[in-house]
Amino acid sequence: MRKTWWKIVCVVLLFYTIIQGLIGTIPRQPILNETLRNVYFHVPLWFGMMTLMIASAWFAIKYLRGGNIQHDEYSAEFANTAMLYGVLGFATGAVWGNYTWGDPLPKDPKLIAVEVGLLIYAAYFILRSSFEDEQKRGRLSAVYNIFAFAAFMPLVWILPRLTDSLHPGNGGNPAFGKYDMDNRVRLVFYPAIIGWTLLGVWITSLRIRVRIIKRLKTEQF
Amino acid sequence: MQEIKALIEKEIRLEWRQKYALNGMLLYIISTVFVCYMSFKLKVDIIEPITWNTLFWIILLFTAVNSITKSFTQEGAGRQLYYYTLASPQGIIISKIIYNTLLMLVLSVLGFVVYAVMLGNPVVNLPMYLVSILLGSIGFSTTLTMVAGIASKAENTSTLMAILSFPIILPMLMMITKLSKSAMDGLGWNTSYDEIAILLAIDAIVLSISYLLFPYLWRS
Repeated sequence: MRKTWWKIVCVVLLFYTIIQGLIGTIPRQPILNETLRNVYFHVPLWFGMMTLMIASAWFAIKYLRGGNIQHDEYSAEFANTAMLYGVLGFATGAVWGNYTWGDPLPKDPKLIAVEVGLLIYAAYFILRSSFEDEQKRGRLSAVYNIFAFAAFMPLVWILPRLTDSLHPGNGGNPAFGKYDMDNRVRLVFYPAIIGWTLLGVWITSLRIRVRIIKRLKTEQF
Repeated sequence: MQEIKALIEKEIRLEWRQKYALNGMLLYIISTVFVCYMSFKLKVDIIEPITWNTLFWIILLFTAVNSITKSFTQEGAGRQLYYYTLASPQGIIISKIIYNTLLMLVLSVLGFVVYAVMLGNPVVNLPMYLVSILLGSIGFSTTLTMVAGIASKAENTSTLMAILSFPIILPMLMMITKLSKSAMDGLGWNTSYDEIAILLAIDAIVLSISYLLFPYLWRS
């Protein structure tokens, strides 16, 4: 029970999010209308992805400092789940954009940033698969992971704020918090962020365990 | 400082001795420009300013990827081990970046001249365009040198080089095309301070990260 409490929290929060997202009341907004419900799914997925990417880079740094192969496995699996969240966030965003902006893939710096981010992490996995030696793979992919992270962050956080963007909070658009969210929405939105992030960590921890077991098995024979 | 100077001198001397590599790069950029000339200028004779600019930067990007890839692969493993005993990894990466910047500057200025002669020169604010070429050369060489270091350790170096570097270099490329497009349209300097500042900031980030991470790369 010692380590399961956060999994229970995760399930409860996600059930709360889904139920509130489907049948809860939502403030009426022009253009947005009922699509505001997507704010419980699309936005938390991005927050989760960012957290997972930071975790991945963090374990890459730890690996470089210590050389413990387990940290490399952590880093790779966090990147894996981050990519899954990225694809999901992209899909939910496309659905949302279809109904509010009239186009699933409008020209928008944030969309470009995410496409680039997915390309970077796809390249990261190709780089990983091209090495046989464990230590060498760990070191080189950790170096690329940190390098890519440092190149990717300004792309997501700085550039969209300088150019015109359709997203709220960018390019002079007001952020969501100011007008669109009332306290009822916030009461679901913040738990949703925590819930989705915890789910990402949970998926990652399961995959890490599978990976470690596989490694130990191959080491035995 | 002494070390970096010696290492740069060594790179230049090495390049000068194997002239085929340098001449190969020069011919590469000239023939690419010629292909563009054949397919645009001869066929339709009009080329939109935005196409002119983008085409130029794509040519430069491919030239940069091709010429910087060899900065680690042309030296054998034995010789790299020898450098490892002589110089510090920081000295090596810094000298390689500076050398690649110089190489890219030569190649891109020459490329620009050939390109302007063959496809016409619609640039109004020439000094600003040259500044964008300078910033582009610095940016390309800092990012690509580090990626070349990673890719050279694997077997399929050239494929890895492209897929690893293109997504990282994209934001820089977007800023450079924006800056050079305003130079083409003859806008004043004060409209482009933002882009120049962002480019310098990205360069600084990439440079410091390379400086910190290269020792780990070198060890393998």
